[in-house]
Parts: sequence; structure tokens; C-alpha cells
Amino acid sequence: MILQTQPEPLLQVRALHKSFGAHDVLKGVDLTVRPGEVSFVIGPSGGGKSTLIRCINFLETPSAGEIMFDGRHLCREEGNVFHVAPERELRAARSEMPMVFQHFNLFSHRTVIENVIEGPVMVKRRRRDEAIADAERLLAEVGLADKADRYPDELSGGQKQRVAIARALAMQPKLILFDEPTSALDPELVAGILDTIRALAERGMTLVVVSHEMGFARRLADVVHFIADGAIVESGPPQRIFDAPENPRLAAFIRSILH
Amino acid sequence: MYEFFFVLIPRYFPFLLEGAIVTLELSFLSMALGLVLGLAVALGRLSGRKWLEWPLAAYVEIWRDVPLIVQLLVIYFTLPSIGLFLPAFWAGVLGLALNLAAYLSEVFRAAILSIDPGQRAAGLSIGMSGFMIHRRIILPQALRIAVPTIGGYFIALLKDSSLVSFISVNELLRNGTIVISNTFKSMEVYMMVAIIYFVMSFVAARLVQHVEQRLTPRHLRRGRRSQRALASQPAVMP
Ligand SMILES: Nc1ncnc2c1ncn2[C@@H]1O[C@H](COP(=O)(O)OP(=O)(O)OP(=O)(O)O)[C@@H](O)[C@H]1O
Ligand SMILES: [Mg+2]
Repeated sequence: MILQTQPEPLLQVRALHKSFGAHDVLKGVDLTVRPGEVSFVIGPSGGGKSTLIRCINFLETPSAGEIMFDGRHLCREEGNVFHVAPERELRAARSEMPMVFQHFNLFSHRTVIENVIEGPVMVKRRRRDEAIADAERLLAEVGLADKADRYPDELSGGQKQRVAIARALAMQPKLILFDEPTSALDPELVAGILDTIRALAERGMTLVVVSHEMGFARRLADVVHFIADGAIVESGPPQRIFDAPENPRLAAFIRSILH
Repeated sequence: MYEFFFVLIPRYFPFLLEGAIVTLELSFLSMALGLVLGLAVALGRLSGRKWLEWPLAAYVEIWRDVPLIVQLLVIYFTLPSIGLFLPAFWAGVLGLALNLAAYLSEVFRAAILSIDPGQRAAGLSIGMSGFMIHRRIILPQALRIAVPTIGGYFIALLKDSSLVSFISVNELLRNGTIVISNTFKSMEVYMMVAIIYFVMSFVAARLVQHVEQRLTPRHLRRGRRSQRALASQPAVMP
């Protein structure tokens, strides 16, 4: 018998439901993310990809189900009662799995470096000078050392997204969530952001990425989840998902993307 | 031809200035109170708590639908009947502030709502609390947006405060009226009063402009940048 030596999951989502009023958007999603793993979430528009990762980060409060992050429950079912962790624990968890958004969402009245140190100083209570030193290093890593004192308005979309990535990294996260990080970018800027994300993956950062960049997913992903109509229809390594999809909806989706 | 009584000017000017000082006191105090109340009302109306939202909405609606002078009279004459004896000056401050707060709350509310909710999401997603996000992210930007409008309300207030002369506060207009009842020189006195109001408003408008400039982050100071750009532009060749 072979002993499985899989590490404990960092993130475990079970039977997650989310409805907006009468509209059931997530209908029982299961998702496991292990440390160091790069997971891609793909699927048709309106299928619930954004809702899923916003629920994981608790930007949206799920309606039912379980989310366990780093050994702690953010929400769970007990009997038939849905429990949500206290606000303080949710905030602590969020600070360890920040999110990078499609539209960057930088703080527009703050300079680049102020955007990056906001979390460390205000949430993690780091000393300002230490936070600045770290932020300068992170900005250099994403190629923005010379933009530290600029305002978001003065940057290109690609530069803004790299600031957003640096802002997430500054939290010393265990996991970073990406919601279509390149969808709002001009085509010539996409490659730069994908390179930045690849560098994170190569350093062993755990990533959950919602993306329409199928070539990128194929090269970088450890696991690809196909979500449609609020449920994960098929999951697997990228070769299987892209080259030998089992589910007919996935097959149709892959065909539509490739043409 | 009517002869202008210039002698009146030196004799009564100090008395009018005393009134102008009361006008400034009224304006600054009711502005300060109006800002605090207005912001509180705006935050209450955006809090998502229904039991808070509708009374505040009703307050804003009622106060905007009744003429200021009527509000001042109601406050001045009803407060004593509920056992609150405010001196006329403070009744004036309260009346002006309550009126101003109704309008300013709408200014604040619009400014807060104009901030992209994505910034709130970004703050939450790195673990900031709702309070922290308001204090550090939303309000600084909203206030910056609201400043020109608030400044406009302040200048209007300098002039509207003349209405408290009706509840016998000795501010600029009322002192003018007193001078007239002693001298019967309406034209001269009203002109002096007008000039003093003009000077106060004019100075206030410049101050507001200055504050606005100071609050604009340097890269957005279009005026300055384009002035500099213009200055360095070569003269057009014929
Ligand atoms: N705040 C909300 N209130 C009501 N309905 C919502 C809300 N957010 C999302 N929805 C609905 O949930 C469904 C899933 O939306 P979601 O944004 O998760 O899709 P998506 O897979 O991310 O799509 P896309 O690829 O277009 O970004 C959609 O039908 C959407 O209209
Ligand atoms: Mg989406």
C-alpha cells in the first residue's frame, strides 16, 4: 500500500451555496486548494466564478456550506444551522488571502507606496519604516521601483495591476485570489502581468486564479476547475481539462474558446 | 438730487462691523455644527439600518421643504415652550445648523456614493475593518470631492445668516436696521451693509478656492500644470 503524503489543504470549500434574493448563484461548490498549488477557475460568463472567490474571501457572505482556511472555519453548517466566524476572525483570514481585482481597485488618493503599506501598517500593525522598506523591495520585484511616489491615475493599467499585486504580497499572504487580473488590460500589457503571476507561482505561492487566458492556464495550472451554472462541473490537471474534457458542456466551452 | 450723507460712514461703521463680527460668528459656528451633523446624517443614511434611515430621510426632506426663515421662527418660539431657553444667538446657530446639515448630508452622501465601491472591496480584501475603510479610504476622498460644494454653502450661509435678524440677533443686517431707525438714511446704511457682505463673501470665496487647491493632490492640479505648460510654450511663429 502506498501512503498518500499529500499536504493538508490550505483551503477547503464544501457544499458552498450563495443566493442573491431568489437567484441561486452557487449551488453547492466543492473546492480544495493545497499549499503551493496553482488553481485556475474557468467557465462561461455568469457561471459564478467571481461570486465563488468573493465568497472565499468573504466579500460576499455565503448562504450555506463550509469554508475552511488554514485550519480555521470561516463558516460551517452545524446540524442545520449556518455559522459564520466572528468578524475579527474573518478579517484575519482575509488579510492572509488578499484579492487582486479585474479593475485593480487601488486607493486613488494614495501614492503607489502608500497603497502597498496600507495593509501592513493598518491591519498588521507593522512599523511604518519597516513596511516602507518591504514595500520598496516588492515594488522593485514587480518592476515599479521608480513609481513609488506616483498616484494610481498616473499609471498604465498594467502598472496599476502590478501595484495591486504588490499590495497583496505586502500582506505576506498564504494565498492570493485573482479575479480576471488581465481582463481590463490592453492586449500588449497582458503578458507582463501573466509573467508577474508566473513568478509568484514559481516561488511557491498558492494561487487561485479566475481567468479567460486559457493558454496561460494550461501552462501554469496544477488544477483547473470548470464552473458553470453555479457548480463545479469538472476538475483536473490542465492537459485533461483542455485536451480530453469529459463533460459535454466543458467540451463545448473549450471549443468556443479556441475558435 | 439726493445728497449722500458721507458723515454717516465713520460714525456708524464700527457699529455695523460689530454686527458683521456676529454674522461671522454665526456662520462659523453653524457651519461647524452643520458639518458634523450633516456627516453624521449621511453616514446614518448609508448605514443600511432601516430604523435609522427613514427618520433621517424624513428630517432631510422636511428641513429642505420649509423656508429657512420659518424654521428659525419655529425654533425660536417653540423651544421655550418645551422648557429650553436658548439665547437668540444660539437659537440662530441651531436653526442655521439644522438647515445646513440637511443640505450638507446630501452633499456628503453623494460624495461618498461617488467613490468606487471597488476600493471598499480592496480594503476589505486585505483585512481592513469597515470603520478603518471609511476613515482611511472613503471619507478622505469624499471630503475632497465635497469641499467646493461645502464652500459654496458657506458663502451662501454668510448671506443667509441675515435671516436671523428676524429673531432679533444683532448681526450685520439688524444693526443696519437699527442705524436706519435712528438716522432714517436707508440708502446709505443699506449700501454700507451690502458692501460689508460683499467683502466678507468675496474673501470667503478666495479662501475656499485656496483650500480647494491645497486639497487637490499635486498631479491633479490641472490649472497649475497647464499654466506652467503655457508659460513654457514657445511663441507661435507667424
Ligand atoms: N451582488 C449581486 N447581486 C445580484 N446578483 C448577482 C450579484 N453578483 C453576481 N450576481 C449574479 O450572479 C451570477 C454569477 O455572477 P458572477 O459575477 O459570479 O459570474 P462570473 O462567472 O464571474 O462571470 P464573468 O465571467 O462575466 O465575470 C450572475 O447571474 C450575476 O448576475
Ligand atoms: Mg467575474
